[in-house]
Amino acid sequence: MTSRRDFIRITAMGAGVLVAGTAAYKVIKSLSSPEEVKKLVVDLKRTPTYCEVCFWKCAGWVYKTSEGKIWKIIGNDEDPNCNGRFCPRGTGGVGMYYDESRLKTPLIRVEERGKQVFREASWDEALELVSVKMKEVSAKYGPESMALFTHGSGSAYLSTLLKAFGSANIAEPSYAQCRGPRDEAFTATFGEEVYSPEITDIRDTKCLVLIGSHIGENMHNGQVQEMSDAIDKGATIITVDPRFSTAAAKSKFWLPIKPSTDMALLLSWIHEIIYNDFYDKKYVEKYCSGFDKLKEHVKDFTPEWAYGITTINPELIRKAAKEMADASPAVIVHPGRHVTWYGDDTQRIRAVAILNALLGSWGRRGGFYRPAKFELASYPIPAFKAPAKTWLDAFPGKYPIASLPVSNALIDASIPENKPEYQIKGWIVNGTNLISTIPNTANTLKAIQNLDLIVAIDTMPMEITGWADVVLPECTYLERYDALRAGPHRKPSLALRMPATEPLNDTRSDYWIARELSKKLGLVSYFPFEKQEDLLDWQLKKAGTSLDEMQKIGVKIFEREADDLYFAENEDVEFFTDSGKIELYSAYFEGAGFDPLPRYVAHDEPADGYYRLIYGRAPMHTFSRTANNPNLTDLMDENSVWINPKVAKEWGLKTDQYIWLKNQDNVMSDFQVKVRVTERIRWDSVYIVHGFGHAQKQMQRCFGRGVSDTQMITKVLVDPLMGGTGMRSNFVTFVTEKTEQEVVS
Amino acid sequence: MEEELIVSGRMNQMIDPHLHIWHWQISLYLFLGGMAAGILAIAALYFIRGRENDYKTAVRITPFIAPFLLVIGLLALFIDLRHKLFFWQLYTNIKLQSPMSWGAWTLMVITPVSFVWCALHIKDIFPNWDWKYKWLYDLEAFFNKYKKALAWVMLIYAIILGIYTGILLSAFNARPLWNTSILGPLFLASGLSAGAAATLVLSKDSKERKQFARIDLVLIGIELFLIIHMFMGFLASTQVQIEAAQLFLGGQYTMSFWIFVVILGMLIPALLEIMELGKFHIPVVIPAVLVIFGSLMLRFIIVYAGQVSRWLY
Amino acid sequence: MRYAMAVDTRKCVGCSDCVVACQTENNVPIGFCRDWIVEVTNGTYPQLEMELRSERCNQCVNAPCVRCCPTGASHIVDGGIVLVTHNECIGCGACMASCPYDARYPHPDGYVDKCTFCIHRIKNGLSPACVAVCPTKCLYFGDLHDPNSEVSVVLKKRKSKTLIPEAGTDPQLYFLI
Repeated sequence: MTSRRDFIRITAMGAGVLVAGTAAYKVIKSLSSPEEVKKLVVDLKRTPTYCEVCFWKCAGWVYKTSEGKIWKIIGNDEDPNCNGRFCPRGTGGVGMYYDESRLKTPLIRVEERGKQVFREASWDEALELVSVKMKEVSAKYGPESMALFTHGSGSAYLSTLLKAFGSANIAEPSYAQCRGPRDEAFTATFGEEVYSPEITDIRDTKCLVLIGSHIGENMHNGQVQEMSDAIDKGATIITVDPRFSTAAAKSKFWLPIKPSTDMALLLSWIHEIIYNDFYDKKYVEKYCSGFDKLKEHVKDFTPEWAYGITTINPELIRKAAKEMADASPAVIVHPGRHVTWYGDDTQRIRAVAILNALLGSWGRRGGFYRPAKFELASYPIPAFKAPAKTWLDAFPGKYPIASLPVSNALIDASIPENKPEYQIKGWIVNGTNLISTIPNTANTLKAIQNLDLIVAIDTMPMEITGWADVVLPECTYLERYDALRAGPHRKPSLALRMPATEPLNDTRSDYWIARELSKKLGLVSYFPFEKQEDLLDWQLKKAGTSLDEMQKIGVKIFEREADDLYFAENEDVEFFTDSGKIELYSAYFEGAGFDPLPRYVAHDEPADGYYRLIYGRAPMHTFSRTANNPNLTDLMDENSVWINPKVAKEWGLKTDQYIWLKNQDNVMSDFQVKVRVTERIRWDSVYIVHGFGHAQKQMQRCFGRGVSDTQMITKVLVDPLMGGTGMRSNFVTFVTEKTEQEVVS
Repeated sequence: MEEELIVSGRMNQMIDPHLHIWHWQISLYLFLGGMAAGILAIAALYFIRGRENDYKTAVRITPFIAPFLLVIGLLALFIDLRHKLFFWQLYTNIKLQSPMSWGAWTLMVITPVSFVWCALHIKDIFPNWDWKYKWLYDLEAFFNKYKKALAWVMLIYAIILGIYTGILLSAFNARPLWNTSILGPLFLASGLSAGAAATLVLSKDSKERKQFARIDLVLIGIELFLIIHMFMGFLASTQVQIEAAQLFLGGQYTMSFWIFVVILGMLIPALLEIMELGKFHIPVVIPAVLVIFGSLMLRFIIVYAGQVSRWLY
Repeated sequence: MRYAMAVDTRKCVGCSDCVVACQTENNVPIGFCRDWIVEVTNGTYPQLEMELRSERCNQCVNAPCVRCCPTGASHIVDGGIVLVTHNECIGCGACMASCPYDARYPHPDGYVDKCTFCIHRIKNGLSPACVAVCPTKCLYFGDLHDPNSEVSVVLKKRKSKTLIPEAGTDPQLYFLI
């Protein structure tokens, strides 16, 4: 304390008589002054959960204050997905619960679709309406005319319901709008996909190659953590991106590629690695087939050839190839996640897969490990009747190698003009905002207008809920049980989600919704447990634990059955391909009428005054679903359009100025977007973060903030192999003045 | 191109995008405090020098404004506090290194002193004033007896108050524009000048008016010298201070500073006063009001511009 | 004891998790924050470099906020942490004006608030919320007087800098470069 010394000094200076009294007071006060340290208010009854803000599903703990309010969510130390550390979205998950814009009661549409005039309804009335309509659709068009679009944990129960109802048209946009091409390409090559969380052994890699993948900005928690560990251990990062991404900033080599030319770069890398004998000869000989054909195929694809296409200095291409070879087999040419870019995406990822095979990284430490997954027992329920028709029958012969239903194909099958073999007439949409998710919004809206029934199940009033006939408010993941998480990882694991608190308002869990609906549809035999806890407990007991134990530990790790995380020396490996080998040359693709080896095809380039629209992720948001989360909008409440200073100068644009974007099809953005003049983007492209520009007024925080990339994506390059929607072929220009502003939906 | 930005969306109220925690309250308070200090210092000085009868207005009349200025200033200061109920914490501490603490204590002394000073001269304004109670008469007699000591206390504290209004700002090295020791003397000179201007308005004695016009002229000269000196200091200093000076030399506060503070608040009144002294007849109110206005603008502009000047980003 | 934090700018991806974790841990009201992320880009495309920094109060040794505080609400406790006693703070704003890092903000309840290095956690043997949550493990915390503390070790091993040391505040938030 300084007051005593001050007192003496002050008195000495004769500054005031008043001091004596107050100084004495201060001494007394300091004796009784409370320590700054608050006592930690820990509710000992913390409850386990796994996160639902993104699909990484990190397990954690929900802490409440002593008054019972949700306080914070912290990662579970045992969880391999997060290692006790949640990402910003997971930490900000509390905002999902507290968001005052949440859907509160079931709603039934009273005026025409899209006008957003609803009346509140009871659950019984809403579900009754849904079941009656479903039965009508089924009676008129067959049960397969119902489709389910879903993303997230709710899919487990709603899928069961739909299958029981007689339809297999269950699509997750994560397939055709995101990772489908990757999974098909890796399956075609290695006989196995790369799963989620990806089986990339980044932790131990010596060289990580990221092609248009911006780890760190896409906050796939475990991957970000492992990339950071790898940086610590001195691993090299090579980034291929027209944008100076966060990962690029941490890279030894950044290849500022001309957009849409990645295939040329990949082919030249394959060329370099083969013709310099950089490849893992023993590995290729033992495990791969079609090497000679590949070698012949890439003969002319030199770095100089690629330079003319990609604008990347051939020396840089060579150095990067050498770097990968030096690290081999502890090298990962990352398969990426959102890879639907130019319509030839499956082939491009095939090139990635081939590159990994040549470097011998599949099945090797620092490359790709063998995943292990806990196989949960399923409670015996009646067998599903095989549906009369599947989504494939709507457009026979289309997307021959697609292994999962293609969301956009289901949407196309809902539009009579497309002349599908049979028409989809009813949608249940759960946890996916199709308006922001599926490119070409006009097409989606046209499909909606042709439906007999559209039901939206969501926590938030998204754009899609505005178009629904019936809106069913689900509670957030913090207020419900859900299916056990048993995703693949280095070791098998289980994670439990349980409610931390009672659901707010009149919201319900997906299990409850699915089961109540099953009652009304006469399908309750598929949901034998009235309470979800009982189902979980039954499953957990089969797994050698119990609901009781899991409620205390949250995550349970099991040992691998065998010590086979990586291939053993000289291990004979049977790959799940037709040939049992890693297929460098894909006879499967050839048989389906596609190139057996990847080939470079030039793509459209922007016209004068137009710039390629590149979109991506911000670490604090998950697609458009977090756009209204109070904690996360606090970090980022709108997106900005990144413009190279040269371009900005040409247009006279300044940072923080608001402009509209207009695309090649003259579609003008609903809202204005802030300009960010930055060197971090190439001069032929602009960049925006996906998930903004919401036109749904009921989302008070994010309505009209920023611009929606999906709205600007009207040209879609569909992958003929599996139906993926290539979305990077749209070009935008800048509009500084707009005469009248029109807001859709 | 260098780009530096906060990417986590920070928008702390009153901090982002630049500091704006202090508004009119602080500016007004600094002005009122400075003017009161000027008035009281001049009154005390002339009293001590025994010139009470030559400059009656300055010693006896003008000080009547001071308590009002101080009370309004304190009120503005109180309005500015965001945790008002705890204002009394100012008086449970003496913090030697905190100018604000100095200020609080100084005000604690000078405000009652200014009231006493007015009480001693109340009969100059209300000749029939009656204190009603004997103990008040006793008190008046007591202070009259020690009036000289009182004047010394008033002089010292008035000068402390006048300088402190500048030191308050210059103690913040985080705001390069404020971080100059010139601000103390500059604000003192400006306060004295405003105080002299007040007498200029109130005085009916042409001799006294002339004297105060002369004082004002000298003070304006000093102020101009200090301002030039301040800019010389800034421009010869580090990058942040050069940038701070740029706010007035081409930056966003250039117009307001040079027009309101220097031209309207100093040069024109100086010119008018020179003309007045040179026998031109000019309504004395005009230069006086301009000086007071300039003094007010100086506080406003320095307070606002200082919050824009910074080290980071 | 001298608490300090080091931020590895090579690992930080600017995800802002430290910001949300701090907000939830310390009930920082929406619209305010005690820590934040700064991104600095230099160069011309494609010759670029970028630095990401998680910033917060520098817990200065020579803290101007403590010096300027008229009531003593701002004070330094054992370990060098700068704290604000809420019921001694009058909300005058002097500390905010004196901070070259703009690390303090006026809490809507009136008092001035800032990073405390999560003193309630460290006194209980935990690391600050931002350090505990950081997915890249780019934040290191500990006692500089203990040569074996995480922060001492990493500062010995790596080159580091502080922000605006020329402001003379002797900041204790180090950035590994």
